[in-house]
Amino acid sequence: MSTTPAPAEVEIEEPRGSDDPEHDRPWVVIVWNDPINLMSYVTLVFQKLFGYSKAKATKLMLQVHNEGKAVVSTGSREKAEHDVARLHGHGLWATMQRD
Amino acid sequence: MWSERRIERTGDGSYALRLTEQERTLLRFLPGELRSLLEAEPDDPGLRRLFPRAYEDDRDEAAFRELMGNELLAGRTRALEVLAETAKAERLTSEQAQAWLTALNDLRLVLGTRLDVSDESLLEDLAEDDPLAPELALYAYLSWLQEQLVEALSAEY
Repeated sequence: MSTTPAPAEVEIEEPRGSDDPEHDRPWVVIVWNDPINLMSYVTLVFQKLFGYSKAKATKLMLQVHNEGKAVVSTGSREKAEHDVARLHGHGLWATMQRD
Repeated sequence: MWSERRIERTGDGSYALRLTEQERTLLRFLPGELRSLLEAEPDDPGLRRLFPRAYEDDRDEAAFRELMGNELLAGRTRALEVLAETAKAERLTSEQAQAWLTALNDLRLVLGTRLDVSDESLLEDLAEDDPLAPELALYAYLSWLQEQLVEALSAEY
């Protein structure tokens, strides 16, 4: 890993929807149940992508399986898009919406 | 039928493959099939599970696709290439095993979508002369292998 000091990250205001009075509400990433992805695989993906413990990842996986969906992460729009893209990259059915 | 363990994590953190020649030939062949489909017919309905929507809103979705679409496609293609290239290997690095994980899953997603897999008891009621039997058997094999890979990779987390 590089040891060069990185410049401080500058928060760039997201132009999309910035006139929305509900702008400050966080975005939630939802994973939906599907009949193909293995339960063990879904658990592993949650551990891998979000660093969740096995217990937390299993709980979320079971929520997806039993209730049809679960919120797996929250945050800024950029973070949610990043998380959704990584979940799609692993073949999970993920969407995002404002909380 | 498939009692022997095919993928195991070893002491040095690599993954030992104990696959038959038939299995290796299959795993070398299948990724190319899916890559061809991705290149030639990206709108094939069988591929829809690989590219789910992120947003309900059409404009947001188009922007997301614009931003992430190429990278997602490139990631899938790379993983499929790794699976094909290492199907005959004796051992996988951790990185290669991760590529197998997504490539095997993509193959299952496309096959499962095509077969309209809707629950896990699918194979139990299958007649031997069912025309879908070969594809269902392939789906079951890939699922079995994927389960082993998931179990082996679990040690990393």
